[in-house]
Amino acid sequence: MKTESRLEKVLASGNLAVTSECGPPRGCQPDKVREKGKYLEGIVDAVNVTDNQTAMVRMSSLAASAILKQEGLNPLFQMVTRDRNRLAMQADIIGAYSLGIDTMLCLSGDHTQFGDHPMAANVHDIDSIQLIQMVKTMRDEGKFQGGAELKGAPKMFIGAAANPFADPFELRVLRLAKKVAAGADFIQTQCIFNVDKFEKWMEGVRARGLHKQCYILAGITPMKSVGAARYMKNKVPGMDVPQELVDRMGSVPKEKQPEEGISICVETIERLKKVEGVAGFHIMAIDWEEKVEEIVERAGLLPRPQM
Amino acid sequence: MITAERKPLEELIEYVRPFKRILLVGCNECVTVCSAGGRKEVGLLASGLKMALMQSGRNIEIREHTLERQCDPEYIDELVSMIDGVDAVMSMACGCGVQEISRRFKDRPVFPAVNTKFMGASERQGVWAERCQGCGNCLLGVTGGICPIARCSKRLMNGPCGGSVAGKCEISQDVDCVWQLIWDRFKELGLEENYLNIIPAKDWRSATGGGPRKIIREDLAA
Repeated sequence: MKTESRLEKVLASGNLAVTSECGPPRGCQPDKVREKGKYLEGIVDAVNVTDNQTAMVRMSSLAASAILKQEGLNPLFQMVTRDRNRLAMQADIIGAYSLGIDTMLCLSGDHTQFGDHPMAANVHDIDSIQLIQMVKTMRDEGKFQGGAELKGAPKMFIGAAANPFADPFELRVLRLAKKVAAGADFIQTQCIFNVDKFEKWMEGVRARGLHKQCYILAGITPMKSVGAARYMKNKVPGMDVPQELVDRMGSVPKEKQPEEGISICVETIERLKKVEGVAGFHIMAIDWEEKVEEIVERAGLLPRPQM
Repeated sequence: MITAERKPLEELIEYVRPFKRILLVGCNECVTVCSAGGRKEVGLLASGLKMALMQSGRNIEIREHTLERQCDPEYIDELVSMIDGVDAVMSMACGCGVQEISRRFKDRPVFPAVNTKFMGASERQGVWAERCQGCGNCLLGVTGGICPIARCSKRLMNGPCGGSVAGKCEISQDVDCVWQLIWDRFKELGLEENYLNIIPAKDWRSATGGGPRKIIREDLAA
């Protein structure tokens, strides 16, 4: 074991891990964080706390993670390289670990063009793979990125993202290999709707033995409506929603669509459980946290293991 | 080359409105090639300014001159004979030229007529695209001769983000995903395994991180 992270313990025990997500509020509303956290308590092993997701300003990932920690949850602190340089990032990593946050996810972040401050400078002092390297160096060598020694290393369980559905497809396994080589302990994937394509990606992952070098959590998102399905299919770059799923969502009356979305989600989890190398599930129920329990329950992933 | 685009006429009119006589200076280098501030553009802008001001009842005298190179003091000297009686100078060169004029003529206001854009290449007639950010420590030798610093919207040095679709960047259909280009090039050269080498965090001191940059060639410096 590299860390005290509960997520690492669950994964190391061989149980399928479950994580979910909490997007912090766009304002000083700490109770909103607690409210979202309540839905996930005892349901998941760690809660991703997004970092200015979609390039919209929100309560900081660090502050929201600290609030969840106070509530007894296990925050998974997300960090993007878009908004701050390596000094600020390392300061926040030390700060997070000092507040008891021991699990993080290293990302480059959505481009500012998609958010509410398209006029802002994109920092990108380092990229997501270099961020993974930086956290690993801090943890394992007790050194800052600049080379100086740091006192009290942050023992972070290090996560990274992978999108099997973006292009070029043949590079997607190699990109994962690079993240693993940089020091990623676990991976959370983009939402999986096209299971065939995901299985093909996993074949490549297994061929390189990467599933034995990191834990892969399959990304799952419930669709609320046929409109949401169409939006994700057509408007979100790097998202792959097969037409048959859009049609299936559209084939039921509007009021039944949320239920259909949840069913698709549960069926997807059942299918992915059979894929060798899948170590758990990351359920991204965006602004629909109250449904996570039902999904986890119906997918036979409750109760969560006690560690 | 350094690319530039003419500023809107309205902005330029406001700069020159208080003056009776201005010197409008073009440059025969990059801004000529990208049709922003060469001899031809100097002539067009001079007539444009005169006509616009005349419509609001003002007369302005504009002396026109295009230098071989505005970023070089020896060419700037040519302007000495023209500066007498001139209230202000407007430069159609890149920011380097504008600043050379303000350095040489300390008692005259100087205004830029173009927005300096980027170091780029001509993709086709009338289209220029960014190719280099002058980071000061060239990576092209390990990235297949294609620059991710200048051409990835997120400046990713180790591969494409999750928004690369059909060869295009997530920010626009008009922007190629540079990592798709690099990957295609690696494949063409049989260098696929090169992709697996991690490019470490960059030392930005060679770029703007180290403050304003200077090159001193001892063998050439006077």
